Amino acid sequence: MNAIKEAFKTVSDLWSLMVGLKVTGKYFLEPQRTVRYPWKAVANLDTFKGHLELVGGVKDIFTPRCISCGMCALACPSNCITVVKRKAPKPTPEEEKALAEAKAKGEKPKDKTPKDPERFLYDYSLCSLCGTCMENCPVGALRFSKNVYMAGYSRNDFQFDLVLKLRESEAHAPKAEPAAPAAETSEA
Amino acid sequence: MPAELIRILIGLVAVAVSVGLIGLVMVWVERKVAGHVQRRPGPYEVGPYGLLQPLADALKLVGKQLFMPDNADPILFWLAPVLSFLPVLLLFLPLPLGDGLFTLDVNLGLLLILAFSGLAVLSLLLGGWASNNKYGLLGAARAVAQSVAYEIPLLLSVLAVAFVSGSLDLATVVKEQGTWPWNWNIMTQPLAFLIYIVSALGETNRAPFDLPEAESELTAGFHTEYSGMGFGLFFLAEYANMVVVCSVATVLFLGGWHGPVLPGPVWFVLKVSLLMLLLVFFRWTYPRVRFDQLLNINWKWLMPLAVANLMLTAFFVKLAQYAVVKM
Repeated sequence: MNAIKEAFKTVSDLWSLMVGLKVTGKYFLEPQRTVRYPWKAVANLDTFKGHLELVGGVKDIFTPRCISCGMCALACPSNCITVVKRKAPKPTPEEEKALAEAKAKGEKPKDKTPKDPERFLYDYSLCSLCGTCMENCPVGALRFSKNVYMAGYSRNDFQFDLVLKLRESEAHAPKAEPAAPAAETSEA
Repeated sequence: MPAELIRILIGLVAVAVSVGLIGLVMVWVERKVAGHVQRRPGPYEVGPYGLLQPLADALKLVGKQLFMPDNADPILFWLAPVLSFLPVLLLFLPLPLGDGLFTLDVNLGLLLILAFSGLAVLSLLLGGWASNNKYGLLGAARAVAQSVAYEIPLLLSVLAVAFVSGSLDLATVVKEQGTWPWNWNIMTQPLAFLIYIVSALGETNRAPFDLPEAESELTAGFHTEYSGMGFGLFFLAEYANMVVVCSVATVLFLGGWHGPVLPGPVWFVLKVSLLMLLLVFFRWTYPRVRFDQLLNINWKWLMPLAVANLMLTAFFVKLAQYAVVKM
């Protein structure tokens, strides 16, 4: 009795073959999802997490907002960030005089060192894109880029100075809108 | 030169040309269908709609170096692809494309096709064995077990139609059927048609029964070690076998060249192409079966059903004969 029941079930299960054909037949007739890349590019790059990039300052968008505190380098699990601080500018003779006067009065001298980093070395080949650096940045000076199309020939091509990269983006950026749009990066 | 010889010569040339063309077109159709089923475009870069892509692939295959693995059997290794391709040419000869439009007039055409299609297994076995490769050997072993098993229900389902028509001559079988679909053998033998299609899939090693070349399990099975045109010949033979299988199905079950309005050969080609498209859709719809499942389908389902179908057919054919005699 059980064997007959099983046999009937097997035969009735054959209907699933038709269901399968219906699914593939439906997909066959529906429009394609593929975007033919060299001629068309996808528009939804907002969710893309590319390499790290520095955020420009409020006044000058091509100098980084970074204050060279080094929290990112400390937090990075892959040790792919090195922040090189700027040295204090050599004081002019008048400034030196003022400094000596202030010292004599017992005042603390004002630090004239610019806060933005001299170099922000970033090894993309080591980065795991975890975002810990962004979370630990006190001034929000880091973000993921939307650069989908980056490619290189050697490992060295993925070791950047992000300060330099930010400055270079000035040359590429159109005058009207400072933030590099997706269309512009797609050509790069 | 006798007329019969000229006819065979012309037929052979036509068959060789059409097998090459069919191979090219089928590669394109297969890839396009695969693409669209998965909502990709498929090949579209080379030529209009990617039509020249198979041609480019074929040129690449011809240009590739022919490799043979160490310690392989050189004679058997190179014999296998040739042996897989050559009998296929013969299979086309008795196929009637239209009324009187065939190369070889044999009154046992069906038998000839079934006999020579059996050689395909031998070539797979030789190729897998001579490769000196474990995957090749496993593929060959699978090919033999599968083809031997699936040949039986195939023969039995074909035999049922031969009983009804009373002939093994393909042209006679077609002539017994009528113009309209309800006059075709598929109406009297639907079960035989189903069994035939399933076992034909098994015979031609098409997905979902492509275990001899299962790429995810055996890399490429029996043709793992073949490069260039060695592989190309196996590939071409597979498509040619598909055409033969579909043509035989058309002749036996779908009324051959019969059809309303359009001329005979057009109907024949149309029916064969539709069947081929169906097989391509099967490939991209159904997942590959396990080997025990494969043999279970055959021995537990197709075989008993085919035998029962054959016995019922024989019974009714005999009954009809008595009825005719009584009248």
